[in-house]
Amino acid sequence: MSDDKLVMMANQIGKFFMPQRGADPVAAIADHLKKFWDPRMRAAIVAHLEKGGAGLDDSVRQAVRRLKEAGAHK
Amino acid sequence: MSLIVETDYGTPASHSDEQVTLTIDGRAVTVPAGTSIMRAAAEAGVEIPKLCATDSLEAFGSCRLCLVEIAGRGGTPASCTTPVAADMVVATRTERLQQIRRGVMELYLSDHPTGSADGDLQETANAVGLGEVRYGHEGANHLLEAKDESNPYFVFDPAKCIVCSRCVRACDEVQNTFALTIQGRGFASKVAAGALGDDFLSSECVSCGACVQACPTDALIEKSVIEQGRPERSVVTTCAYCGVGCSFKAEMRGEELVRMVPYKGGMANHGHSCVKGRFAWGYANHRERILKPMMRESIDQPWREVSWDVAIERVATEFKRLQQQHGRLAIGGITSSRCTNEETYLVQKLVRGGFGNNNVDTCARVCHSPTGYGLKTTFGTSAGTQDFDSVEQSDVILVIGANPTDAHPVFASRMKKRLRQGARLIVIDPRRIDLVRTPHVKADHHLALRPGTNAAVLNALAHVIVTEGLADEEFVRRFCDRDAYDYWAAFVADPKNSPETVSVISGVPAEAIREAARLYAGGGNAAIYYGLGVTEHSQGTTAVMGLANLAMATGNIGRPGVGVNPLRGQNNVQGSCDMGSFPHELTGYRHISDDAMRGSFEALWGRKLDAEPGLRIPNMFDAAVEGTFKGLYVQGEDILQSDPDTKHVAAALAAMECVVVQDLFLNETANYAHVFLPGSTFLEKDGTFTNAERRINRVRKVMDPKNGMADWEITLAISKAMGFEMHYGHPSEVMDEIARLTPTFAGVSFDLIDRLGSVQWPCNEKAPEGTPVMHIGGFVRGKGNFMVTEYVATDERTGPRFPLLLTTGRILSQYNVGAQTRRTDNVVWHHEDVLEIHPHDAEQRGVREGDWVRLESRISGTTLRARITDRVAPGVVYTTFHHPETQANVVTTEYSDWATNCPEYKVTAVQVSPSNGPSDWQREYEQQARHSRRIAKVAAE
Repeated sequence: MSDDKLVMMANQIGKFFMPQRGADPVAAIADHLKKFWDPRMRAAIVAHLEKGGAGLDDSVRQAVRRLKEAGAHK
Repeated sequence: MSLIVETDYGTPASHSDEQVTLTIDGRAVTVPAGTSIMRAAAEAGVEIPKLCATDSLEAFGSCRLCLVEIAGRGGTPASCTTPVAADMVVATRTERLQQIRRGVMELYLSDHPTGSADGDLQETANAVGLGEVRYGHEGANHLLEAKDESNPYFVFDPAKCIVCSRCVRACDEVQNTFALTIQGRGFASKVAAGALGDDFLSSECVSCGACVQACPTDALIEKSVIEQGRPERSVVTTCAYCGVGCSFKAEMRGEELVRMVPYKGGMANHGHSCVKGRFAWGYANHRERILKPMMRESIDQPWREVSWDVAIERVATEFKRLQQQHGRLAIGGITSSRCTNEETYLVQKLVRGGFGNNNVDTCARVCHSPTGYGLKTTFGTSAGTQDFDSVEQSDVILVIGANPTDAHPVFASRMKKRLRQGARLIVIDPRRIDLVRTPHVKADHHLALRPGTNAAVLNALAHVIVTEGLADEEFVRRFCDRDAYDYWAAFVADPKNSPETVSVISGVPAEAIREAARLYAGGGNAAIYYGLGVTEHSQGTTAVMGLANLAMATGNIGRPGVGVNPLRGQNNVQGSCDMGSFPHELTGYRHISDDAMRGSFEALWGRKLDAEPGLRIPNMFDAAVEGTFKGLYVQGEDILQSDPDTKHVAAALAAMECVVVQDLFLNETANYAHVFLPGSTFLEKDGTFTNAERRINRVRKVMDPKNGMADWEITLAISKAMGFEMHYGHPSEVMDEIARLTPTFAGVSFDLIDRLGSVQWPCNEKAPEGTPVMHIGGFVRGKGNFMVTEYVATDERTGPRFPLLLTTGRILSQYNVGAQTRRTDNVVWHHEDVLEIHPHDAEQRGVREGDWVRLESRISGTTLRARITDRVAPGVVYTTFHHPETQANVVTTEYSDWATNCPEYKVTAVQVSPSNGPSDWQREYEQQARHSRRIAKVAAE
């Protein structure tokens, strides 16, 4: 799965959750990735972040970082 | 088993609460006020002879056979047109009445072919005691009038017609198409289709069969009955086409199906049908149907027929090998919305328990997956809120991104009937669908928005509702999350969501948006019906939430006549989703990560289940191209033709080492398969389908599987060979297991469905006979949840190279990828996909009607013929995806819904240019398909 495609998909998710009511939209983005993305997709987006995360919106970048910190990409 | 003949009460039921008691032939009868004498008599077991009356149509009073005598009243009034009255005393069988009836009947038969009085006509002649007809055939008559045999499925023989108008009225009142009329006057009166010079085929007739069903004399009759003879027995089952889920009587002669007749007791269709369910079942016996398992080493080899044992062993050996070599997650399966709940449940069980992963998905991924996510988030349940009957209490109907007259025709007929009774209509669609203006129906507002701007227009409607004080504050206070509402109301009230701003984005005049919003919010019971024009967008889920927001804000939820209603494309889309086909959910939409719930499955199945979500269909393709996904079991779907970006799908399939296709035909996907397992038609299945209104209907086996093995048994055999043995003796036991594991299905069983006819989930202790309307007195999730639906423009943009927007859809006579309907006579109405283009765009490109044109997107291109029409707006083109020769999806892109990866079929930037005919790619594709479908003559064993 290409990084460009994953970045586009992740940013789409971010654009939905950012304006939502609630204290932590970043957590909502991370939760969506955890609940709906297959582990290999999560691993790929985390790997992309580790390579610099080109193209990821700020909120999404934070969410992917949380996935990594929580070990949700393994 | 015998032929099922349903009681015909002669006139429709009255729904009055007031009861009236009268006497008929000495019997006291109590019926609702407004009931006809004919119906009251029938309910009391007294049959009054009739020809022009039937209980699906309003009384007409033309045949003069149902006359009765009423004490204290003069004459012999028609019992069909005379309502009951308190203390009325009616006689139905006096000598005077019988004499009149015999006289009338004798006149009918005097202009009827000798010896061919069939159906109701002969029965009625017997009932009135008519022995012989005294008049000869020498005088003027209609006996030599030419038959109209133009329709592929039925014949009209005017010699047998008594001009009772039942067919005309069925077309008007049941189908609501108004294609038929009585032409001429007096003796020259005759039934005619369309305008002068038309025949049935060239007229507006949509071949629903209502006229054939209504005809009492067999003047209109199915060609199959003429060819095969009269049926001898019936089995009630459920149609396998769209999500309406019509009940039919499969009428058999021996082991042959003679005809499908819509079943009056079917709660989804109440005895009506469309051309597909009624007539397009011939594919079941089509010469291209495959009945023996086949396999091959590679896809460039011809197929070899093998035994079931060899084929199943090959599947299991290959799948095990792939998991050993590439890991547990390297294989998966796809369930089908054309298969039963039980079959679908077993496939996902095989994947989760037998493959040991959650790489299972269903074709709902590419149609209504946003519905599940959107409605669960806002209401708490991934399903529509109403039953179909609800539309009879709607005052305002909002249709968005759906084309019911083509895709859900039986429900569309009911909708049109309600509209003719005075309900108001709002259509939101880029294309001028038939409902916008059709005989006796005209939309009050057609918001012809630019494709891709649904969310913006819904926000603008909400803006008007909130800023003009049209919200139902009391409903919101009682049933919704107040904080969520306030936050959402502030969002939609922002000027960026005003109709004036949105009109620039969407192309819809601001005042039209304002008027539509006022009508939706203030016009009484308002119901939303939507289809794939909402879901198949990058903001599909957002738009579904936008619809839910509108319904909650205006209090249009939780009672009959209102609601948010997804019109499901295939017959069991709802069911396949309910059955745990999605990679992140088990049955009843419960996330796989829920340890306690997952544990209940593990305990019953005896297997540890993966707690992580699996791959969705588009992810499977990406992973296959990438090399991490190697094997796929596809039951009853043609992903190569139905999924977007055909070349990418083909590359994914070609990259896999074991593709197993279970289907009726060597479909397009099978061109890339290594094992082919022949499947069963719905006529050969036992199980259940769940329609768009959550109604679980029985599918009953009409004949044994022609391939020798039921679909559910095939899945069991694969599972056993994979080392995960399942034990069921009958599909009913599968449903029993589903009920044990799924709270919303806890009360469902085949016995219950057989007893009630059908049942709508939730069906459990709280609702032992099901739930026709949801969210009454509160939402399933507790408080209704308003979600902010920020409009985000799709990345798919028009520009100088691709200045037009393509949107795709369906046509009445064809179904989905056409695998079934292309193998029927329905091709007379639609034998190729065509491109609808506005006259302005066509002129600019030098394109004329019927010309070959090249349709090209940034992904790829295809060619097809042009149809010039102002149904589409300038800048928009439209086509269908029914024919593999066109492969419309070779043009559609990889963009998808943010939440679910549902593809964005409805927005593709394209260019259209004149062409000389099929492209090189189309020729190569056709050649490859033909090469791939070769079957070796000699068996492998």
